Parts: sequence; structure tokens; C-alpha cells
Amino acid sequence: MDPIIRINNISYTYPGSDKPALDALSLDILPGTFTAVLGSNGSGKSTLAKHLNAILVPSAGKVYVDGMDTTDEGNLLAIRRRVGMVFQNPDNQIVANVVEDDVAFAPENLGVEPHEIRRRVDAALRLVGMYDFRMHAPHLLSGGQKQRVAIAGVLAMDPQVLVLDEPTAMLDPRGRREVLAAAESLCRERGITVVLITHHMDEAIRADRVLVLDKGRIALDGAPGEIFSQTAALEALRLTVPETTALITRLNAAGMRLPTDALTDEACAAAIMEALS
Amino acid sequence: MSLIELRDLTHIYSQGTPFEKTAIDNVSLTIDAGRTVALIGHTGSGKSTLISHLNALLKPTSGTVLLDGQDIFASKASIRATRFRVGVVFQYPEYQLFEETVFADIAYGPKNLKLDEPEIDRRVREAAAFVGLDAGVFDRSPLELSGGQKRRAAIAGVLAMEPDVLVLDEPTAGLDPAGREDLLARLFRWHEIRGATILLVTHDMSIANRCERLVVMSEGKIVLDGTPEEVFAHDGQLLSIGLDLPAPAHIAKLLRERGLDLPAGIYTLDRLAQAILALRGKGAGPC
Amino acid sequence: MLKDITLGQYFPGDTPVHRLDPRTKLLLTVAYIAAIFMVGSWGGYALVFAALVCVCAVAHIRPKALLKGLKPLVFIIVFTAILNLFFTRGDDVLFQWKALRVTYTGLERAVSMVLRILLLVSGTFLLTYTTSPLAITDGLEKLLSPLKKLHVPVYELSLMMCIALRFIPTLIEETDRIMSAQKARGADLETGTLPERAKALLPLLIPLFISAFRRADELALAMECRCYNGGEGRTRMKQLHMSWRDGVAFLLGAALIAGILLLRRLGI
Repeated sequence: MDPIIRINNISYTYPGSDKPALDALSLDILPGTFTAVLGSNGSGKSTLAKHLNAILVPSAGKVYVDGMDTTDEGNLLAIRRRVGMVFQNPDNQIVANVVEDDVAFAPENLGVEPHEIRRRVDAALRLVGMYDFRMHAPHLLSGGQKQRVAIAGVLAMDPQVLVLDEPTAMLDPRGRREVLAAAESLCRERGITVVLITHHMDEAIRADRVLVLDKGRIALDGAPGEIFSQTAALEALRLTVPETTALITRLNAAGMRLPTDALTDEACAAAIMEALS
Repeated sequence: MSLIELRDLTHIYSQGTPFEKTAIDNVSLTIDAGRTVALIGHTGSGKSTLISHLNALLKPTSGTVLLDGQDIFASKASIRATRFRVGVVFQYPEYQLFEETVFADIAYGPKNLKLDEPEIDRRVREAAAFVGLDAGVFDRSPLELSGGQKRRAAIAGVLAMEPDVLVLDEPTAGLDPAGREDLLARLFRWHEIRGATILLVTHDMSIANRCERLVVMSEGKIVLDGTPEEVFAHDGQLLSIGLDLPAPAHIAKLLRERGLDLPAGIYTLDRLAQAILALRGKGAGPC
Repeated sequence: MLKDITLGQYFPGDTPVHRLDPRTKLLLTVAYIAAIFMVGSWGGYALVFAALVCVCAVAHIRPKALLKGLKPLVFIIVFTAILNLFFTRGDDVLFQWKALRVTYTGLERAVSMVLRILLLVSGTFLLTYTTSPLAITDGLEKLLSPLKKLHVPVYELSLMMCIALRFIPTLIEETDRIMSAQKARGADLETGTLPERAKALLPLLIPLFISAFRRADELALAMECRCYNGGEGRTRMKQLHMSWRDGVAFLLGAALIAGILLLRRLGI
């Protein structure tokens, strides 16, 4: 399968900085996959996200989205339409004061026919479970609801890739669950490629692939089970392991033999039950 | 000896309009001096409204707030005195930074206290050291700091008032795991050294379970109140009001549901691991 | 608290008035304002008042809501009344006490000015009560679109208005939050001399500006990510269209103006 996003040896340094935010990084993202990007503050994960839809272009190297070079200005709209991006603060990405008008913003920009906009807006709001709120004022919604409206707002472009840049950092547990469930179902049921930037380890465990960034480079890359069993390596990168992994490590040290890839609370409990019986 | 006491506190927003909303519904609560308490609840549970009463920013619709047995709303002077004794760090406090230098910003509270220069200087330096802010940044603009440093500077601005009670609303929101651990450790160390009371407002259970006492709010009422062990024993109730459990408590709940005989109230990895290993020793799996 | 201020005077509803095209309502409001200034007799005022009452009834707006809206204007109304009452020159003196003199012309002028203000303001309130800010923006954009030929950025202006409306509640909340945070550090915004108080506002204003700029920055980025590319080539999900209702509204508006002119001619 051809990658939907191909990142070829890119470097990026912010103007006025002497340290590169991204340093000779290469990465292929396959269509329909769920990738989680982890890293401490300043590891370069947000900078990487901004390269995926040509908000930033690399100082050296190339990024190709669906085969299109992001440094070519002529590709700009075509790239942004394919790669939707949702940011941390839901308040600062909602444009209109009625939910459905906000969701219509992107297709309106793209010059889509009014009937088709209506269809896309309704479909996008249904996909994130916000259809019943289409006439509401955004500022009266909860954080999780606002963030789902923001997701619907990019879904209305019919994107192939959804990039979520720390979408849950400002949400409470209920809001986090809502947003993560929406992202996961978009990937699993609609085949949309999802790239989730986060520093919550437990949000990464449902991904197909976990990348850990450090100083603008990929430090670790693999399935969640492979990554999270490397306790020492993660701690050196200022990250922690999920508590399921910590528990399994502790129990295995005491002589139990549990699989290290039982990452969700459910899988962990099931593995313990099996070992005890 | 209770330091703070809320008696039948009720707060209604926009009373008498169609937007009327009861944020706090007849809450009574006492907090003893020198304790660490976590106030837990999801957004809209009333916890933020509640803390705004503790330093007299909001006046209750009915009920009283006592500090050392005195009504804090008794006079203008008592309101002002309360603001300095009960330090509140709101969510995302970095957005309150405004002075030209980091030093001046941390000194804003002590200056309002009308302290003399040497005392202000001492307090700023001590507070900065407590939160782990290097003296090298004192002369820089707060806007030039990194996100984590801004957060620390803002918290230092409240610590420098040397309050008897420190209230922090989601102090670690948005920080990475290492930053979170470091900041929490520093705040608890400040509590130990100064003997001050800490009230942590959070929905993050991995922070809450470090406090001696947990108070859980939902829909403007206190629904659970006790030690972490007592509160986490009500795992079903916590989940039903939209809160998380600490991962060990959640795994313990799942194991119990699968028929494992674990004691109630487990919420740390240590206890959970011990309990599981003890069962393995007895070979007591489900039949 | 700032939160208690209710902004955006729109009362959602589904009455014939609510369902009118915003362009119709905007044009009729302009016509209504012109009509008020055409009134030249007491009968004319009565007619305009009757029209206002009818629209209120159809739109299910309670008179109480209109009166509430007029409250902040009491000062201006009283001021206008006094000015006209005591400072209109004339010979038909009704009442005199030392230098204060009230003439019949003055009384007439005072009453008619107050009536004008009341009718004018209530009429424009009816527009904002029955039309969402967004619909008003849309209507304005469509009405002003001929100006695009003169290179007036009509779309950008209406988008700016729309975003401003969207961010008012957010910024009010933010002001509240920063005010609380500074008060918690002992800021005293209420006492002191005027220069002292102005200086005490800095801890509020500086963070507010910084935050507004940060939000603007992030919003611009989010808009770019959603393919915002200026007004050129944009389509709209919601198309405005006029129906028979709008025709009826225009006819009624014309009838009102005709009635006013007729009454004026007749001097009733």
C-alpha cells in the first residue's frame, strides 16, 4: 500500500531559534491507520503535525501528501482539504456562532454547492454525535462537545487524514472519552487515517502504531505493546508507562508470566484472571 | 481545629432570569488546618464556583463562609484580609501574567500586601525557588518563558503571598508527565515545609489520590467525602457521575467483576500488586 | 458579575416575523426609521405606534421586553425632554417661574421628540429581537454586495462581524477569569483616585490583550487549515430567498408610509 503521507528526511528550525525543532526526520503513514505521536513538551510533535498539512514547510527535505509536495504553493488547498487538523483549544477554532454554520465554513470556502454542503454538514455532525446540537451556540457547549464540533468542521472537507494536535489537553475525563471515541470510530469505521498528538500515554494504547519524538527525531517507533514495555527508555524521554504496563512489570518481577501487550485495563484484567486460574 | 468552614452554602447564577442556574446547592464543608484535600468533579459540578467563595471573590446567595471562625464577608477589610490568607491559583494561571519582568510579576501580590522591599525580595526569591524557577529568568519578560516556566511563575506569584491555604485549580493541566510530576512534588514539599493547607481542584484521579482527603462534587452537591480508600470504594458511583477511577482502582474493579476476591478501596499499584500476588499464593482463582 | 449581562438580544421563535428574509427586515427597518421622521401629525404617531404593536403581537414579543430594552435610554430621553421643554423659544407661554419658561411649542416639541426616540428604538429592537445576529450579517452582506464592484471587501467585513459576535461571550468569560485571578493576588479595582484606578486596570487589560491576540492567531491558523482563502469563489450553505411573506411585508410597509403622509396632509 502506498503511504498517504510520506516524510522524507525533513528538518525545520523556527525563525530566531538555533536548535532545530525537527531534525532529519523520516516517516511514512499508511492510509486507514491510527498513529499516536508521543513526546514531552518541546520534543517537536506539534511542529511535525503542522508539516502534515503545509502550515509549515520543511527547511530541508520533503513532505508528500497523497503524492503532492507541500512546498509547492499550487498544491496548498488540495493538501489542506485532504488533511484536516484539530487543535488543542476548542474555543479558538470555532468561527461561527451556530454549530451548523461553523461546520459549513470549510466546504463554503471550497466553493461546494449549497445542497452538497448541507449533506456534508449533517453527515459530519452525525459522525461525531453532535447532530442534535446543530442549532446551538458553540460557547454554551461543553469542552468535549466543542472539540467534536471542531472535528465535524474538518470532516466536512471530506479529508483522508485527520490530525489531532493534543485535542484533549483542556478537557475533563468525560470530554476526553468523547473525543477519543469519535477519533477511533472515524478511523475504524470510516477508514480515515488518524494522527493523534498527545502526551497522555493511555490515549496512545488504542493506536496501531506509536511514535515517540525526542529533540525533533523519532526515538521509538512500533506497536503500543512494543513501545510501552520499554519502561527505562520512556522514562529517559520524560514520559511514563501506562499503569497497566507498570502493574504487569511489577507482577512479572514477582514471578508471574503476563503478556506485556495487555495495555487496556480490560485486557490487563483478563490477562491476570487467566494467569491466576 | 477547622480553618475553613462552609455552612449551608448556596450559589445561584443569574437569579430571577431565564438563565438561572444553581451552581452550589446547600453545601456544608469543614477543612482542617495543615491538610491536603482534593476537590473532585467534572466540569460544571460546581467545584470552580465553590473555590471562588473561599477567597471572597463570589458572595454566596445564601449561607456563610468562615475562616478561623470569622465570617469572611463581615467587612471590606475582612474580605481583603481573606484574599491574602487564602491564595487561589486558577486554571491556566499563566494567562494572568502582565508585568514587564518575571520578578515584578511574582512581586505583584506581595506589593499589594504593602510589604517592604527586602521582604518582597525574600518572598519572590523563595517562591521562585519552591516552584523551580531559576533566578536567571527574573529580568526577562514573562512572555518569553516556555509554557511550563510561565505556569511556574504564575504559581510563584500566589505562593509569594505566603497564604495559609493554597487552592489550586487543575495546576498541571496541559503539562507533560515529567512536568506534572515535578510540579506536584514541589507543591507538596511547600505544604510540608510551611505546614499550609492545600486544596487541589482536579478531575485527574492520579493527582487526587495523593491527598489525605477527597471531596467529590456532582451537580452542586458533595456526594462523597473521605480518605482515598473510602472514596474509591464507591467505584461504580464515581463512574456514573462521569469521573474516572485511578487505573489501579479500575483494574481492581474489573477483576472483582470477573470474580476475583479483592478487598474494596484499592487505588494504588502497590496495593493492587500485593493483593493479586497474595491471591496467587493461595491459588484462589475463580472456579 | 460580567457573566450576568445578557448579550445578543435575539429571542428565537418561529413567527411570520421571524421567518421574513433578513434583507426584508433590514430594508423595512430603514423605511420605518425614515417614516418616523416623516410623521407630521399626532395621528401619524398613533399610526406608527399601532403598527409597532401589531408587529409585536405577530412576533410574540412581550411589550415588557421592549420596555426593558429602553431602560438604559431613560437618561437620554429625560435629557431630550428637558432640553426641548425649557429651551424652545416661543410666545405662547404656558408657565413661567423666574428664568424658567415653558411654551406650548416647547411642550409639543418635547413630546414629539420623546415619542420619536421611543418609536425609533423600539422598532430597531424588534429587528434584533426577531433576527439572529448571523442572519443580520448575512442580509447586510447580500444588500451591500453591489459595493464589491467598488472593491469594498464586503465578504471580509461580514466575516469580521460574525467572528466578533462569536467571540464576545468568550472574551467576557476571559475578562471575568483574569479579573478573578488578579483580585486573588490582592488587586484593588474599586478604590483609589481616578489615576490610581486607571493604573489598577493594567493587570486586567494587558493579559486580556495578549490573550485576544493569541486567540486571533490560533483562529487564523484554524481558518487556514479549513481552506479559508478570502471571499473569492466561496459558496454559502444557507441561501437567502424571498417568499410571498416578504412581498406582503413590503406592501404593509408602503401602506404605513402612505398612511403617515396622508395623515400629515390632512393634519390629523
